[in-house]
This record gives sequence, structure tokens and C-alpha cells, in this order.
Amino acid sequence: MLKYLLRRVSATIVVLTLISMSVFLIFDVLPMDPARLTCGKACTPTVVEANRHRLGLDVPVQVQYGRWVKGLFVGRTYGEGQAEIKCSAPAFGYSFNRHECVTDLLKEAFPVTLSLALGAFILWLLVGVSLGIVAARFKNRWPDRVSNVFVLVGTSLPTFISGILILLFVALKFGFVNPIDLGKWHNPFTDPIGWFNTFIFPWITLALAYAATYTRFTRSNVIETSSEDYIRTARAKGLSEKVILRKHTLRAALAPIVTIAGLDFAGLLGGAIISEGIFNLPGLGRLSLRAVLIDYDLPVIVATTMLAAIFVVVMNLVVDILYAYIDPRVRVA
Amino acid sequence: MSAFLEVKNLTVSFPTEDGLVQASNDISFSVDRGETLAVVGESGSGKSVTSLAVMGLHNRKATNISGSAVLNLETGPVDVISAPEEQVRRLRGKAMSMIFQDPMSALHPYYSIGDQLSEAWRLYNDGDKKAGFKRATEMLELVGIPDASKRVKEFPHQFSGGMRQRVMIAMALINNPSLLIADEPTTALDVTVQSQILKLLKDMQKEFNMAVILITHDLGVVAEVADRVNVMYAGKIVEQGGADNIYYRPDHPYTIGLLNSIPRVDQLDGKRLIAIPGQPPSLINLPQGCSFRSRCTFADQVAGNLCATVSPTLDEKDSAHFSRCHLTEKQLVAARGGK
Amino acid sequence: MTEPILKVTGLKKHFPVSTGGAFSKKKGVVKAVDGVDLEVFPGQTIGLVGESGCGKTTVGRTVLKLYEPTDGTIEFNGEDITKLTPRQMKPRRAQMQMIFQDPFASLNPRQTVGTLIGNTFDIQGITPEGGKVEEIQRLMKRVGLNPEHINRYPHEFSGGQRQRIGVARAIALKPKLIVADEPVSALDVSIQAQVVNLLEDLQEEFNLSYLFVAHDLSVVQHISDRVVVMYLGKVMEDADKKDLFLNPRHPYTKALLSAVPVPDPKIGRARERIILQGDLPSPVNPPAGCVFNTRCWKAQDKCRTEVPELLTINTGHKLACHFPEPASV
Repeated sequence: MLKYLLRRVSATIVVLTLISMSVFLIFDVLPMDPARLTCGKACTPTVVEANRHRLGLDVPVQVQYGRWVKGLFVGRTYGEGQAEIKCSAPAFGYSFNRHECVTDLLKEAFPVTLSLALGAFILWLLVGVSLGIVAARFKNRWPDRVSNVFVLVGTSLPTFISGILILLFVALKFGFVNPIDLGKWHNPFTDPIGWFNTFIFPWITLALAYAATYTRFTRSNVIETSSEDYIRTARAKGLSEKVILRKHTLRAALAPIVTIAGLDFAGLLGGAIISEGIFNLPGLGRLSLRAVLIDYDLPVIVATTMLAAIFVVVMNLVVDILYAYIDPRVRVA
Repeated sequence: MSAFLEVKNLTVSFPTEDGLVQASNDISFSVDRGETLAVVGESGSGKSVTSLAVMGLHNRKATNISGSAVLNLETGPVDVISAPEEQVRRLRGKAMSMIFQDPMSALHPYYSIGDQLSEAWRLYNDGDKKAGFKRATEMLELVGIPDASKRVKEFPHQFSGGMRQRVMIAMALINNPSLLIADEPTTALDVTVQSQILKLLKDMQKEFNMAVILITHDLGVVAEVADRVNVMYAGKIVEQGGADNIYYRPDHPYTIGLLNSIPRVDQLDGKRLIAIPGQPPSLINLPQGCSFRSRCTFADQVAGNLCATVSPTLDEKDSAHFSRCHLTEKQLVAARGGK
Repeated sequence: MTEPILKVTGLKKHFPVSTGGAFSKKKGVVKAVDGVDLEVFPGQTIGLVGESGCGKTTVGRTVLKLYEPTDGTIEFNGEDITKLTPRQMKPRRAQMQMIFQDPFASLNPRQTVGTLIGNTFDIQGITPEGGKVEEIQRLMKRVGLNPEHINRYPHEFSGGQRQRIGVARAIALKPKLIVADEPVSALDVSIQAQVVNLLEDLQEEFNLSYLFVAHDLSVVQHISDRVVVMYLGKVMEDADKKDLFLNPRHPYTKALLSAVPVPDPKIGRARERIILQGDLPSPVNPPAGCVFNTRCWKAQDKCRTEVPELLTINTGHKLACHFPEPASV
């Protein structure tokens, strides 16, 4: 097991390195020139050059990369002379647009995204899996048919529609949310009610889409597992249907969900762009969207991309380890 | 004195989209402790369906079951067919156990052998996990698994097919059942392993003084282990009797046909096999009269076209030897080749 | 003296086992077939028997070049086909066909019987005399199927009938050799005899040779002229049918025979059974010396270190054992 872990961790590090290099290369190859884009009104070639130097783009891409990596570990100083700014480790860069260390921007945005992702995750797991189990147990009877409708709606309705519908016709209409406060961040430890208010409708929007898929997946897994030989053995042993469902059927049927859920969650951690947009949440999604569409803020773009990649890759590892814990057949590696 | 298991007029059918599948009809037999009854038949004969009914493993909502299957327990007789489901459930794994054909898929892949055995024991005995594992280890030793105390913590995928079947047997016997039903227990195993498992079953039967029902299609296996035999075809028992009678004086064209059509390792004369023509009938539209008629080479010997119109009853042709056939004893002797 | 239609010498087929994953490494080798000699003469049936993992199915497939051999030579019809490419093999395949075990999985469910059998002609670019459809229907009749069912799909037939389709497909091009891989194991007992008889009749009619791969010794005994017993990739004993069954010299053969149940209660009860201890060793890690030594009741030091060669002990009776059982005749 230890050998397996070591192998996986080193593979993870290699993947992260490759991803970060690729991101740098991609942005180096892109025709847009951040130096020009961010130079503002008084834009002469000298100003552009100075800008380029300021942004650290006047050195070859591998040097840029090297500096960036170094910054991750020891922090970095941006600008020169009086305009010098120090960002402490891990330094993901400096946003000249917003005059802040990117790391600080990330630190602000991440809790928002985390709250959104975590809440939605728990909600969709509870709803999706429970509904799937019910649908499987009452296969072809009315609970199954009702859940089928739910699945259909959830998977067909894109979040930008469901989100807006929920916002307009539920949240605002019934006065659950004050439009001025839409998306306002409340610290969950100091103002839990405010926090809940901000996130409840985005949670419902996101969970609706994901829960539908999980219902369908759980249903088919439970049905398939129920016809396995080892379930027949459990019945022949004299175990009650309740125990069989809980200990035998579900354990086997839900194991694959661990993998999928982990990766879905990791994907959301990088920023739920649409939901954050609709509900005005200042999370990583909004951050990266603004950096790409409005500011062309390269350091922020690089940082959010990398962060999203880190979450996915690390979660991949976590999920694999979890799965090996659940399914002993996988441990042989 | 009644036998441990007495089955009377057991009939099982399933309503399906294509029609009513008459899986088994009017089955009656009994098995006592220390006895081995073999149920022989091919696919669609109803041999498994009957046993599943005895174990109460059919979904009552989706199956029509009538008749009775009485277990004569020390605490009194219980009819599995009419008793409430909860009561029947508490007999499974305790008074009666069943092992199935494919040992590779019969164990839960995520739980250790010890966990699964222990679960079976703790269902009917007071004891903690440690006690359960101890009992599990004892059973593994009993069924001949080497290094039991180490292997009890291992997982099913770490065991070979033969070993897994031994584990299944251990699990079935862990609560000292009085009836063991083995449904094709060795069909998926190599022949040398089959030998081991059959011997194990015989030894265990003696050890626990159990009634054993062995379901199989292999007439060689039946000859080795059975005291009595039920030959089934198209959902009915067509012949029933002691093993010697069935093999040396078969009283049904199907049994005769089967015995003539199987090659034997000890018969090297190269004589051509006499195959039974045709195919088994569909259980949805059973023909009128005798279900075997379309494949029977002796049907035309019966006067008045009886085989086509009247379904024969299971009659006693010899002592404790029954057959469902219109042919007379004389005609059957001739059909056998005059023995 | 006729020449064998198939001659196999020192055949080996090893499958590599890797760790899997992105950085996969070779972990070992499964020696499925590890040095097998075989000869099949025209009109003869060689029964290839053994238990799971013995390599008999792999031999059957390698001989037809469905797998490329790792070592050894395969001579078919007097020609060395060992190193032939798939393209070069194609025209020769008309002469060597296969019947598969699973009548449900070996027929494409989306093709009609006519297409399934007709494909064999199309692939070889042959148009039979008298027309393709007529020939297909003739073949169907010959194997006991109703020629009017030529446009039906596999799922409309029973297991036994599907196997007959497989047989029709195999004999369509009038091959010289058919490798039958467990052709009756998946069939009901009362149907097995029908298919066995069909195979025997066809053999007589077309002077076919069969390499009959099976684990059921009763069927093998009935249909074979010679029997080859395999264990963990190697040949243990190779003899004339009567010789092998009446006078087995290899301990494994003896154990195997004693394990086969006989449909006769008196014999069944009286028989002395040799019960082999232990499990089949893994083919990735076969035992050193004689592969059977871990389960052999007479194994001695020599057996654990020296691999016994396949030697001829009697006319036509080959054996790989350091301490053969005494002759009983």
C-alpha cells in the first residue's frame, strides 16, 4: 500500500508540473499581448515596453516559469523601486489590474466557492442517492416514475436557465433574498444565517442538475447489484431485506459513486462560473471570468487555472485511495 | 415418523409478458436426515425453481406458489409455503441452507471471508465479532482450508474456485442446519476439484446428520452420491425412486433416453450414442397430454393415442419406484433392452 | 504412411503480465503453453484434455494462428505456417476452421443465419457451385437445421441449434482440420449427444480431422482416437484412446480418471478415488521441475528439480514422468 501511495503521489507531482508548464506555454503562444491590453490610455510603445517589463513578460517563457515556481515556494517581489510590492509564499503572481497579490485574491474568493461547492455537494448527494435508492426499490411503480421525471428535468435544464428561474421566481419573488444583498458574503462562523441565506438558492440550483444524474446512476447501480449472486447468498443466509440493502447492496452499488462524486466536487472547486455569475457570488468562478473576459489579467488567469487543476488532480488521488479502501480487489496494485 | 422435509403438490408459476410460465407442477417428495436426494434435470426442468420455493427465496409478489413444503422441526412442523415470510426467513441459514452453482460470484467482493461467515453465525448466535471470527476459523478448518486462521481475514478474490465453494459450504453449515440444498455445486469446477467437494459434502452430511438435496444435470455425480433420485422434465417429476432402480431399471423413456445418450469413461466400445431427438418444450405453452411425447420413441406403442390427450400421473411401478408414463411394465422392460 | 495434417513441435505461447497504469512494467509471464508436441492425421480425432489453466484452449487457438506462437513450429498440410503473416494465412484458413464453446456468444446477434454462414464464402471470395444460397441451405439441412430458417436471427434458435449453425459455418469451406473448443460443454445433456453424433457423421463423410479440446473426459473418450492430457501448459501423457483409459501411466491422468463420475451407482460406490490435495498452482509461477509435483502423491526430490521429458514408453504412448505408474495390462 505504501509503495502504491508513493507511486501515486510522485505521479501527481509530475502531472501538476506538466499542467503548469502547459498553461504558461499556452499563454505565451496566444496572440494577445497583456502588456498592450493593460497599458491604459496613454499608450505609446515606450509605455508598452515598460509595461511589459513590469509584468515580467520581457524574459523568455522558461524564465517566467522558473520565477513563478520560485515564487510559489519563497514569495516574490513585483515591480521595482518605489512601486515594489512583496507577495509572500505561495505567490501566484500579482494583479496589476486590481493592485493585489493574486494569492490574496484567491484567499478571498476560495471560501465562497468552497461554501457553494460543499453545500451543493452534500445536498445533491443526499437527494440524488436517496431518490435513486427509492426509485430502485420501487422499480416501475409510482415513486420510480416520479423520480424519472425529476431526472429528466434535472439533466435537461441547464444551470443558467434553472438558476435564473429560481432567482426570479422563487428567491426574489417571495422576498427570500434582498436584491441588494445578493451574493453578499457572510462568515459562516460569525453569521451563519446570513451565510445560509446567500447560498441556499445557488445550492438548490447546482444540486438540481447534479442530483438528477446521481439519481439515475444510483438507481441503475442498485438494480444491477440487486441481481448479483452474492445478494442471493445473503438472502439464503437468512438476512433481512433491510440488512441486505444496507450492508450488501448499497456498499457495492455506491462504491463507484465515490469516484464520480469526488471528481464532480473537485471540478466545482475550481469555480462554478454560471451559478456564481447568476447569484453574484464573489468566488473563484467570478474571479477567473472577470480576468479572462474583462481584464485579461494574466497572473489571475494562470493562478485560477492552476488551482482548478490542482483540485482535480489531488482529488483524483484521494478518490483512488478511498476506492482502494472500499474495494479490496483494487489493492493488489 | 415423518421425514424432515415433506413436499406435497408443490406448484410454482410466474406470470410474464409472454404468458404464464409453469415452472414446476405438482411436485411431491420427501427427504430425511442422513439421506441424499438427487434432483436431475436439464434447463427448464424446474429443478432449481422447486428448491428455491422450499427455501422461500421466491418473490411472493411475483410468483404463484401452491402446495406445501413442511419442515418437521423439533419445535413443530412449519409449512414454508404458507408460513409468514418473517418466520421463513428465520429458518434460512439455520434450519435449512442452500449453496449455489457459481462460487466465483457468490461471495461479496468487499467483505472478508471472516466477516461474511461471522455475519451468518451472529445472525442466530449471541457473540461479538471476535467470537464470530473464531467460529469462522473453526468452520474453515472443518471444510479443509489450510492455514485457516490467516485466510479467514482474506477476501474472496484471493481464493480459487474450489476454495470458494468450500467457503460457501462452511457458511451454509455454520449454524448446523438439518437440510442442505446444493444447486449444481460442482458444475463450475474442475473434475478433480469436484471430487474433493463431493467428498466434503458427504463427510459433512455424516457430521451434521443432514438431509441433503443435490440438484444437478450430471448423471455421473448422481450415481456417486444419491440414495434416491427425482428425475424432472418440463416442470414435473417423471421418475422417482432409489438410485439403483433409476439406473438399472429405469421406468421412463426420458430416463432411459438420458442413460443411453451419455458417454461413459468406462465404456470404450465406441458404440454410437443414442440421442434423444428434439428439444425440451417451452414452459409457457405446455402441450396437452404428456410433455415428453414429442421426443419419445415409444409413444406409438401406447394404445388409443393416450400420450397426446391424457397427462400421465406419477404411479408406483415398483416398491418406492414411481414413474409418470402410460407404458406398461412389460413395455418399459422392452424399452430398456429387456432387463 | 500418410503425413499428418497438423504437426506441432515445441509449441509455446506466453502472455506477458504487466502492472498496468501509465507507467506499466512487465510483472511476469503466463506460460499458458510451454512446450507441446502434437500430431493429427487425416480423419483422426485428437482429444486434448485438462483442467482450467492447462493451456488446451490456447493450444487450439495458437495452432490456427489466432494467437502468434512464442516459440515452436506449426506445420499444416506439410507446410510450415509458424511465421506466416495474417495476410498469408488467409487463403489457408479455408482448410482449418474452428467451432467455439459458447453458442450464445459466438454468433453475431445482428446477422441472419444466411449471412453468418455466407460470410465464410465471401471472405475467401468463393462462390459455391449452384449458388451461395442453395449451398447454405444444403449445409443447414446437413447439420439438422430447417433450411427455411435461413433468414432468422440467432436468438430465435435454441442453444443446440445455434451450435449446429456454428458447425455449418465451420464445414462450409470443406476444411481438412477443425479445432473444436469445448463444442458441447454449454449444451444440455440430451442435446450433447445429438451434436456429438453430428460431428462423428461429418467426420466420416468428409474425412475431417478434429482437434477436440474439452474438459469432459467422458465425451473425449467417446469421440477421440488419441488423447493428450495437459497440465499447466505441458503435456503429461499422449496415447491411443484405449491405452490411456485402460492403462494410464501418469499419476495425473490416473487421478483425473478416478475423479470422473460414472453414471453407475455400483461402480460409483466401489471406486477407489484418488483425491488430489491442494489447488492448481498459478500459471504465472509454475512449480520448478515437473509442474505436477506439488500435487503428486509420489513426488520425490528429482520431480522438484528436473523437468521430465516427453518420452515414448510404448508404441504410440508418450509420457512425461520420472516415476510412471506401473502398467496394469
